[in-house]
Amino acid sequence: MKKTLILTTALVGFGFAANADVTVMSWGGAYGAAQTEGHVKPWMAATGNAAIMVDSDNPAPAIKAMVEAGNVTVDVASVEYADAIRLCDEGLLEPIDAASLPAGADGTPAADDFFPGAVTECAVSTDIWSNVFAYDTTKFPEGPTTAADFFDLEKFPGKRGLKKGAKAVLEFALLGDGVPAAEVYDVLNTPEGVDRAFAKLDTIKSEVVWWEAGAQAPQLLADGEVAMTTAYNGRIFAAAVGEGKPFQIVWDGQIYENESYVVPKGAPNKDLAMDFIKYATSTEGLRAQAAHISYGPPRKSANLEPIIYAGDGKTEMGPHLPTNPANLTNALLTSSDFWVDHDAELNERFQAWLSQ
Amino acid sequence: MAEATTELLTTADGRPLKAALAAAQSRAKRRAFFLVLPLLLFVLLTFLVPIGYMLKRSFEHDGFASTAPALVAWFEANPDFDPANPPEEAYAALVQDLARMQVEKTTGLSGTRINYSVPGTISLFKKGAREAKDLTPPFKESLVALDADWGRPALWRGMQSASHVYTAEFYRVASDMKLNDDGWARGEDNERIYLYLFFKTFLISGLITVICLLLAFPVSHLLATLPMAKASLLMILVLLPFWTSLLVRTTAWIALLQEQGIVNDILVGMGLIDDEGRLTMMYNMTGTIVAMTHVLLPFMILPLYSVMRVIPPSYARAARSLGATSWTTFRRVYLPQTLPGIAAGSLLVFILAVGYYITPALVGGADGQLISNLISFHMTKSNWSLAAAIAAMLLAAILVLYWLYDRLIGIDRLKLG
Repeated sequence: MKKTLILTTALVGFGFAANADVTVMSWGGAYGAAQTEGHVKPWMAATGNAAIMVDSDNPAPAIKAMVEAGNVTVDVASVEYADAIRLCDEGLLEPIDAASLPAGADGTPAADDFFPGAVTECAVSTDIWSNVFAYDTTKFPEGPTTAADFFDLEKFPGKRGLKKGAKAVLEFALLGDGVPAAEVYDVLNTPEGVDRAFAKLDTIKSEVVWWEAGAQAPQLLADGEVAMTTAYNGRIFAAAVGEGKPFQIVWDGQIYENESYVVPKGAPNKDLAMDFIKYATSTEGLRAQAAHISYGPPRKSANLEPIIYAGDGKTEMGPHLPTNPANLTNALLTSSDFWVDHDAELNERFQAWLSQ
Repeated sequence: MAEATTELLTTADGRPLKAALAAAQSRAKRRAFFLVLPLLLFVLLTFLVPIGYMLKRSFEHDGFASTAPALVAWFEANPDFDPANPPEEAYAALVQDLARMQVEKTTGLSGTRINYSVPGTISLFKKGAREAKDLTPPFKESLVALDADWGRPALWRGMQSASHVYTAEFYRVASDMKLNDDGWARGEDNERIYLYLFFKTFLISGLITVICLLLAFPVSHLLATLPMAKASLLMILVLLPFWTSLLVRTTAWIALLQEQGIVNDILVGMGLIDDEGRLTMMYNMTGTIVAMTHVLLPFMILPLYSVMRVIPPSYARAARSLGATSWTTFRRVYLPQTLPGIAAGSLLVFILAVGYYITPALVGGADGQLISNLISFHMTKSNWSLAAAIAAMLLAAILVLYWLYDRLIGIDRLKLG
């Protein structure tokens, strides 16, 4: 018995020693790789601490389960904005002291340097990704230029690809119907506004091919199944710049969203995790991530000088980033408050509408 | 029976033989039990406990009950209050709880709980909680002035319902009921989705089971009657897709069947259809059925094959020699003997099909939502209780089918291989 006890203690001790690494949980794929290259490796080199990256197909439910079970093995997780808010409200995340975030590289204090909404009570944004639409330039040399064009089947005939879900699709329908970005959520908050969005979608319903996984959108475009499709901007960038496909993004009516680092409540290395987040969300850390993937850095100072794409060493990232001023002329920041309240309700309505 | 031998049989040391045998056997049984213990624990820990936990979540949620003690106490004392016009004490209790939530950081937890039945509540609670400590009596006026939604009867009904830890609310939502100002009622036409999807899921699964059976029956018969060498080769062809990743197979069907896909290209190339009239075989019900049938076919072939292989061909020959037509021979002699295989295969395919969601989501287009897709949606949106309630209803429906199956065919006739 005593022997077992000693052995167990030794094993647990060993377990703790091995756990001194900061564990970062992200989404895997190109995104996880960008954070490994842009944040994890440079932080290890700069501080001498150990950190490892683990993949998850969605870190939010994973850390919810961990915290509720009282067995947290992750120190930092990358989660969608709405999840960051929700998990924070449920008390599952550690608060992050906004005042401790470093000033921008040009000396701007963090509070002024970050985009509005990029820093919240428990989360700091690492990048801004966007729902955009894209078309094949060989099909439309004079291409569509506005969100309204997406819904114009006469001027731009052909099938449309749309994401199968209420979020971002309803907003896009209203933008396409001429609602100014600043008023979209006011309109959508009324029953008439929801009806209006569905009525706009009705006008193209017969021509829509619905996609589910992010990779499907560029594939539908490449196969010629659709004339234009909504997509995550990073996917179109990968196809256009990485694979040389003739795809063009239309930034008018883009619906963008922050993706953030959070620290789960009871993280084993909380202090190191905070240090990691400060490093990763500094001007330098944000720029390093944006060099690997076309998601925009959420600090003004990080968008000042051109970022060079690490993939080929020559493409300037600026025009491909949602945060580029030229791309932000008619853009909508996703309202997490709205979707936290109405996600289930509107998704039920959307599914019912689909099956009609 | 030899009634004359009334004397008990005993062992050499005089113990009754029966007792000695029982003692010896119980030792052996205990040893045998230790051998199955690891599996028993494994099943218990990885199967029964999670399912039990899930079922519990579907009718238990203390998100509001544990965070709003004053209001819970008030609801308990006044179960028959008028939701359209709650008295001042109710509002006072609410404000007291909101202030408490702000301090304890439980606004999200309780708001989320109410939001399940009354959408829009999370931000209402957050706003209310932020202002709560500055509100002055009369609380009714000051809260309603803050946001008119605080006076909604539906909200008060929702809070009263959520003040109980155990609730049937999630099952109501999963049956397309909505909580409105007058209480629970059937949702509007454009909101009802769950029962329709249950129905559709079972219909499609049934259809796929039938198609699988029709396709698999001749193939299995061929496999069972061919010489061994050829049968093995054919078997490899059957199993090959079985060894390929599900996503790869699904994507392959997309490449084949889409409008700009290989099948349409060939048809256009042969001049059978023109370029404008390409067939739509993907992103609709056809795509879902084709892809799912392909994925599930081996689950029908394998049990059928294992049953058919051991049916002696002499039975059919005997029937023929006694004058039966080939159809009668098949119907009265061969088919009844394959029944355990048909039953096992159908059960397997049907139950697997009911739980499928990746394939229909990717290839099904607007029709491609099955009930599992909504379970997955609510899991990722952190409404685990509703997901659990839908899953529990699915489980119950399958158990009913299983029971029917047992009554009609008999579970002892099931033969999986």
